[in-house]
Amino acid sequence: MSEEILTTQDLHLYYGDKEALKGINLDFTEKGITALIGPSGCGKSTYLRTLNRMNDLIPNVTITGTIKFKDQDLYSPSADTVQIRKEIGMVFQQPNPFPFSIYDNVIYGLRIAGEKDKEKLDAVVEKSLRQAAVWDEVKDHLHESALALSGGQQQRVCIARVLAVSPEIILLDEPTSALDPVSSSQIEATLLNLRHDYTIIIVTHNLQQASRIADRTAFFMNGELVEVDQTKNIFMNPAKKQTEDYISGRFG
Amino acid sequence: MNSKTQNKMAIGALYGIAGFVVLILLALLGYILISGTPQLSWHFLTAPAKAFLKGGGVGVQLFNSFYLLFLAMLISFPIALGAAIYLYEYAKNNWLTTTIRTAIEILSSLPSVVVGLFGFLFFVVKLRLGFSILSGAFALTFFNLPLLTRSIEDSLRTISETQREGGLALGLSRWETVTKVILPAAVPSILTGVILSAGRVFGEAAALIYTAGQSAPALNFMDWNPFNISSPLNPMRPAETLAVHIWKINSEGIMPDAKAISSGSSAVLVLAILIFNFAARYLGKRLYKRLTSA
Repeated sequence: MSEEILTTQDLHLYYGDKEALKGINLDFTEKGITALIGPSGCGKSTYLRTLNRMNDLIPNVTITGTIKFKDQDLYSPSADTVQIRKEIGMVFQQPNPFPFSIYDNVIYGLRIAGEKDKEKLDAVVEKSLRQAAVWDEVKDHLHESALALSGGQQQRVCIARVLAVSPEIILLDEPTSALDPVSSSQIEATLLNLRHDYTIIIVTHNLQQASRIADRTAFFMNGELVEVDQTKNIFMNPAKKQTEDYISGRFG
Repeated sequence: MNSKTQNKMAIGALYGIAGFVVLILLALLGYILISGTPQLSWHFLTAPAKAFLKGGGVGVQLFNSFYLLFLAMLISFPIALGAAIYLYEYAKNNWLTTTIRTAIEILSSLPSVVVGLFGFLFFVVKLRLGFSILSGAFALTFFNLPLLTRSIEDSLRTISETQREGGLALGLSRWETVTKVILPAAVPSILTGVILSAGRVFGEAAALIYTAGQSAPALNFMDWNPFNISSPLNPMRPAETLAVHIWKINSEGIMPDAKAISSGSSAVLVLAILIFNFAARYLGKRLYKRLTSA
């Protein structure tokens, strides 16, 4: 078992008075894919967004408990959200490339961080796009608008954009739910390539997707973590009745 | 009466109303252009005005209008941009920002003559700027600021929230996200707003009568030293604009060809504003294309 890179202890989150996360204890080891599944409104996306402090953007959110990334408390007053988000990147449900060229999209993080060396930037663009398995499709029009790409290509460019700032953890919030099946399977293949080098946490509505790509799966319901285990145990031999009911499609 | 006939009647009524509006617009434009364009000539556009004789032009007024517009934009754009960024990207929704928004709303519906009189009391008299381009530019800033702030804020609103999330999730700070992602994406729409508000400012008269003044001393277009009184660039000289000129000719013009000059000036004004509008659309589209495909 490799080292734990991210730990959450007794994590509560309130939207105003409403408790959306009711004491989550969940740890992530380095590398590999963890899928978060559960019915709509169960808190899985909310949980994911606490991991790189994206919930900070929503007014009236209160968070208690501890999240540690390599022994650094993400919610301590001295925590630097900008630095955190460089190390814990995020890909969203809706592909959100910036309205610039593909090339500019991928190097945006680096360029703003002050990197000017053209050769280095070129190398990063190629490496990131290759890692995101979209290089062959876009290499001949790197300087055209990323908005002209298909949804699936846009999403992979967004993944490349995150890879370019070399994070340790990549959070994905239902990255394929807005895409067609072919694009979805390309994204899945991309993630399977990346699982050896990155710690990947993915929220998905698609149970087959979780069973296909995840090493571990966590089942959320009503703001609570019901069960987390190796994916095959969750799907073949769940410990909790709720998990079994959900997996077999009895609700949700 | 069944719902089908009701629907038909509603459509008919709406077409009628829309047609009526278009008709009024066309009639006005047609009248101004038909009576005005025959007066237009190179001489008319460049010659200085004459007070008692025939054959005066509007060259000085035209220049004044553009110069005043430029100065007013130079002052109001940075303020409006900052205010809009603060209001939309940073400020939380609380009583303070609600108050600011309401104040902007009220300021934007202030009659321009009130803005003009305020400008007269404050800039011209109190700050002793006199009837000058500078006083006029400040008054126009007051007139323009709320509209421009609103329009820039609306431009920022059109940029999807997912873009902001994308920037922040990439480890950009809020400021970097705003300046490096949101603003470039919003530039075309901001530009359109700026040009459209320029059109409004260009045609403004009431706010200028008591601030920039109603006299247009002859200018020496060879002298570009802004400290010389006859230099076109001197911001401390009184400067009648085209819109003020139209008002003045019609209320107290004593030159024999006052009617013709007024018509000609109106046509120039309307044409300039039409050009602003078309330029806004064209440039906005061009810029969006350029910015989005690098």
